[in-house]
Amino acid sequence: MDPIIRFENVHFTYPEGEREILCGVDLSIAPGSFVAVLGHNGSGKSTLAKHMNAILLPSSGKVFVRELDTADETKLLDIRRRVGMVFQNPDNQIVANVVEDDVAFAPENLGVPSEEIRQRVDAALRQVGMYEFRMHAPHLLSGGQKQRVAIAGVLAMEPEVLVLDEPTAMLDPQGRLEVIQTVTRLCREKGMTVVLITHHMEECIGADRLVVMSNGAIVADGSPAEVFSQVELMEREGLDVPETTRVLHELGLPTETLDTESCAALIAEKLR
Amino acid sequence: MLKDVTLGQYFPGNTVVHRLDPRTKILLLIFFIVALFTAKGWVGYGVMVLVTAASMAASHISPKNIFKGLKPMIFIIVFTAALNLFYTDGTPVLPGWPITWEGAARGAQMILRIILLIAGTFLLTYTTSPMALTDGMERLLSPLKKIGLPIHEITMMMSMALRFIPTLIEETDKIMSAQKARGADFENGNLLQRAKALLPILVPLFVSSFRRADELAVAMESRCYHGGSGRTRMKQLHFAPRDLWALLLGAVLVAGMFVLKHFGL
Amino acid sequence: MSEIRVEALTHVYSAGTPFEKTAIENISLSIPSGQFVGLLGHTGSGKSTFIQHLNALLKPSSGTVYVDGEDINKDKKSRRAVKNKVGLVFQYPEYQLFEETVFADIAFGPKNMGLGKEEIEQRVREACGFVGVEEELLQRSPLELSGGQKRRIAIAGVIAMRPGVLILDEPTAGLDPAGCRQIMDNICRYRRESGATVIIVSHNMDDAARLTERLIVFNHGAVAMDGTPEQIFAQPERLVEIGLNVPQSTALAMALREKGLPIAGSIYTHAQLMQALKGVGAC
Repeated sequence: MDPIIRFENVHFTYPEGEREILCGVDLSIAPGSFVAVLGHNGSGKSTLAKHMNAILLPSSGKVFVRELDTADETKLLDIRRRVGMVFQNPDNQIVANVVEDDVAFAPENLGVPSEEIRQRVDAALRQVGMYEFRMHAPHLLSGGQKQRVAIAGVLAMEPEVLVLDEPTAMLDPQGRLEVIQTVTRLCREKGMTVVLITHHMEECIGADRLVVMSNGAIVADGSPAEVFSQVELMEREGLDVPETTRVLHELGLPTETLDTESCAALIAEKLR
Repeated sequence: MLKDVTLGQYFPGNTVVHRLDPRTKILLLIFFIVALFTAKGWVGYGVMVLVTAASMAASHISPKNIFKGLKPMIFIIVFTAALNLFYTDGTPVLPGWPITWEGAARGAQMILRIILLIAGTFLLTYTTSPMALTDGMERLLSPLKKIGLPIHEITMMMSMALRFIPTLIEETDKIMSAQKARGADFENGNLLQRAKALLPILVPLFVSSFRRADELAVAMESRCYHGGSGRTRMKQLHFAPRDLWALLLGAVLVAGMFVLKHFGL
Repeated sequence: MSEIRVEALTHVYSAGTPFEKTAIENISLSIPSGQFVGLLGHTGSGKSTFIQHLNALLKPSSGTVYVDGEDINKDKKSRRAVKNKVGLVFQYPEYQLFEETVFADIAFGPKNMGLGKEEIEQRVREACGFVGVEEELLQRSPLELSGGQKRRIAIAGVIAMRPGVLILDEPTAGLDPAGCRQIMDNICRYRRESGATVIIVSHNMDDAARLTERLIVFNHGAVAMDGTPEQIFAQPERLVEIGLNVPQSTALAMALREKGLPIAGSIYTHAQLMQALKGVGAC
């Protein structure tokens, strides 16, 4: 299948910056997949995300969304509609005082007819489980709920890809779980392509594919189990490895599973 | 303490007042203010009090919420009342006292006028979502676009400001606690010292507001915001018959007040 | 260096209004001098309200807080004095930096204590040493620094007051694993070298289990569990019941037990788990 987002040898340096933030990234994202991008602060993972909907443009190289070159200004709205972006701080991306008005913001910008906006808003709020809260004031919601509203606000554009740039960094464990479960469900049930940028390794466990970034380059790319099994590499990058992988690794067992249950089963099997 | 600020708050509901078109409500508020400043005698003020009470009842807004909103204004109210109390000529209440019957009456009317003014404004913001309010304002002012005024941008800024008031209040509270924990003192000292003591709150607040503005701009662009052109609205404004009736009532009120004024009531 | 005793502490927000909410109810506990305590519990369990009582930022609705035997809410003076004894670092403390230089910002607390110039300077340098902020950063603007550096400077600002009790609310929130480790190392070092009582509020179970001597679990405004990590993780089912995560090693140990493996004892670190696995002949 044709990739939905394609990076071709992308380099990026901020106009006044000296350091190159992205140093030749090649990456293709398959439609319907759940891709997690893991890296420490300053690894370039957020910069990578901002290239996906033309907030940043490559200094050299190309980024394509489907067939659209993100550098083509005439296609800007089309690109942003297809690639919905959710950011770290939920407070700084909610624009309205009432949940449903906020979710309506993007389709309003796109000039969608009123009745259709209403339908999209209701559908989007149902998908993130916030429909009952549609008349609430956002500042009274919990962090996880706010972030789900932000996701609904993007879903109302009916995008093909959902890019989430550290959406859980400011949330408590409960909120983190809500957000991860929501995006996982969107991917598995609705076929939404999800790109999740994070520095929490436990959020990557359920992904189809894990990309590890370091100093502006991709240093590992594969299924989460494959990537985590490179324990030494992960430690060198200052990243955590799930306890399951670590234990299996030290016991000399195949590290093909990350799930606690199946890991326990594997160990029990060996002892029998 | 800062949490008591109710400016820009909105209480969702489904009463007649909530359902009125925001443009109607803005115009009604203007009618209300004109009527209020036309009122001269006690009969006039009595009518205004009744109108306010009736609107509050119709919108299910309890007087408690209005009084909560009045709290920050108490100083202004007392100050104006005192000025009128002491600086109005007329018959002294007791011989030799600087307070006159006329002054007392004017002071009381002044208090009433300010309270009613605030109550009317709160009724508008309490019953109209900020989005609808700014939308209504944008539509009412849209003729001014023709002479090149950036009406969409101005109303957008207003709605953003309203949206961020609670967030900023919360943040101010947090920063204050943090600085208090480091021994900052906001309560003691002379005026200059107190003003200086505010720096540890204001500087972080400004810094974070700039960061917020930055992030918000990127988030809005990501959601395809590109100015006012080509925008549609989920909640379209349309005048219903009830709007016409409401405006008619408003006009009657203004006319009535002018009649009362004419007879000096 | 300081000890805390809390007796029948209750706090009710917005008392007497329709928004009335009891945040914590009838909490009694004492924390001896020099103890390293972790406070656990989910958002809204009352732990944030609790810590703000320990330096008199919040006034109890009822009950008493003693620091070194003195009632900290006795009068205005004692409410002020306790702020020098009990240092509180809020969540995302970097957002409170405001001075033009790093030095001036760290000096803000000591200055408010009314210390002399030399004393202040010495304390700033000492605090920088604890959190690993280099000398050449002192004259820079705090706003130019990275997120992790800002966080450490904000913590130094409280450490410079030399509090006998250091309380940190989610000190590692939002940092990447390397940043988290560095902050936790800084805190442990401060505790070792100063002997201060340290209380951290944390969502990170692995850190809390590994580093502290005592864990207090809040639930619905009350203390649900209180004991050494050893004691707490001997009954991980209760933590799960409260809706908290358990350390990854604990979770795996629980799963292994369910599979019928005789993994005994309290397990909350990787080393303990490997030891137990060795015991059952897995390696």
